[in-house]
Amino acid sequence: MRLRRVQCGFIPLADCAPLVVAREFGFAAGEGIDLVLGREPSWSALRDRMALGHYDVAHMLSPVPVAMSMGLGGLHRRIDALMVLSVNGNVIGTSPAIAARMRANGATETARAETIGRALIAAADGRLRIGVPFPFSMHAELLYYWLNALGLAAPRDLVIRAVPPQRMAEAMALGEIDAFCVGEPWGSIAVERGVAELVLPGCAIWRFAPEKVLAARHEWVETQPETVAALMRALWRAARWLADETNRAIASEILARPGYVDVPAEILERALTRRLAFTQTGALRDVPGLLEFFAGAATFPWHSQAVWIASRLAQRAGSDPAEAARIARQCFRADLYRANLAPIGADIPLDCEKPEGELAAPRAIRSSRGHLTLGPDAFFDHRVFDPADQI
Amino acid sequence: MNRRIRIAVIEMDRDRARLIADGLRAAGHTEITILPDDTSLARRLGELNPDIVLIDVENPSRDMLEELALASGPLERPVAMFVGRSDGATTRAAIEAGLSAYVVDGLREERFQPIIDVAIARFHMVARIRDELETTRAALAERKTIDQAKGLIMKARGLPEEEAYALLRKTAMDQGRKVAEVARALIIASDLLR
Repeated sequence: MRLRRVQCGFIPLADCAPLVVAREFGFAAGEGIDLVLGREPSWSALRDRMALGHYDVAHMLSPVPVAMSMGLGGLHRRIDALMVLSVNGNVIGTSPAIAARMRANGATETARAETIGRALIAAADGRLRIGVPFPFSMHAELLYYWLNALGLAAPRDLVIRAVPPQRMAEAMALGEIDAFCVGEPWGSIAVERGVAELVLPGCAIWRFAPEKVLAARHEWVETQPETVAALMRALWRAARWLADETNRAIASEILARPGYVDVPAEILERALTRRLAFTQTGALRDVPGLLEFFAGAATFPWHSQAVWIASRLAQRAGSDPAEAARIARQCFRADLYRANLAPIGADIPLDCEKPEGELAAPRAIRSSRGHLTLGPDAFFDHRVFDPADQI
Repeated sequence: MNRRIRIAVIEMDRDRARLIADGLRAAGHTEITILPDDTSLARRLGELNPDIVLIDVENPSRDMLEELALASGPLERPVAMFVGRSDGATTRAAIEAGLSAYVVDGLREERFQPIIDVAIARFHMVARIRDELETTRAALAERKTIDQAKGLIMKARGLPEEEAYALLRKTAMDQGRKVAEVARALIIASDLLR
């Protein structure tokens, strides 16, 4: 059987795991897909190469397809998110000096996100500056959400700046940023080097945030339905394989390879097994919900998640929220998810939208096979986002 | 707007930077600033307020520049990503040359197109020189390895240089391997046996 080649760009992070697993463990080949993975040095390069057709699909920050489709940023293109590749996975860290000041301000190990936020604000000298990998990212959205809720307004009190993860430590040392939010393994690498301490996982701000999606140009998606279907099936199976805890250690070994993330397997294993060291000498701590690939319908591209992202972007850009919501719903392809994954027995939510942030505990929902349970998805301030309000 | 166009070139390597700047100057542009690609980049760009920013496509600092494309960013005038504004052919040519260009919103195409063309040519030149340098370095390293192996054979078997080399070459041919590979293997083996 001749394989159909699909060019896929990715950034070396723990959450590129579903793509690597799909290639290395034969899930893609089993669907007749030769999944060729291309590693990129920046989100800009990856986005451009996908927009120009060098890549068919890409490992992408969840807000980017929404932003591009809305015309925000330098490149206006209609980009679809076919499925969610990962939920959560970010960590917020700061210099050991600031972390010490925060502890003095009540930011203990068991402190809530609100307390930690206030401690961070108090520990910074004046305007709080935080580094993120890319302006359009869940990293930025979580920080804005968290700190806006605590009374900080950008740019007066808060500056969120794009800094390449490899440069975050240097930027902190030079006093250019006070803290950072990055995807694993960058947080753990900074901790290992003794240049940072972790203060909060992103999942403490929003317990179930779509982090990376499988992105593709809308025209490509519409003209390649069979390839898209095969690829989605392969990635869904890869995600399900990753849900098995015993596979996580194997995954870290593969991801550690020079051609992929190129970082010691032990470091990658932390994020994949949800146990992080917050300080260089500290013990590993369990962080429930740190990084999820499959459980709780993680791969389903909820329209409500897209609308949440779009409403936050529209608010800051001053664009029409109703139009933004319309674009967002078109962008997250729940329709393709249903069509392509129902035939292989995936359990699929019957609804495309849900109130975001409603669940403090797991809840069973109506699904195609009747066995789906959603996990907790609360925001730290217990507010609920109803996408119906955005019409 | 008829004042000179301000161009920022983001490049750590001084030789590369000079090559690119020389090309632009030869084309008549004098408002060129070379910026090192460190964490002060965003601030310095804000101070400089360039009309065009040129940077290598492979540079991770490109993500720092994305904020220039936001209307609410730190600069007064939004800077558009080149790829979004121009026709496909030039964009592809730029990316093929390894160039990523950011052009301020409102700058007319006939003003920035010639600059992009010069930049593309210079980036190609830089890439060629870098490849030649790499090939030369690899060739030199190979020569050193072969010389070292020759020396080992000459000493161990009391052979003159040409015969030592002939032996290396014959072994390589018999085994279907490159001379440099056999030489490397010999050096490793001799280290182990010392």
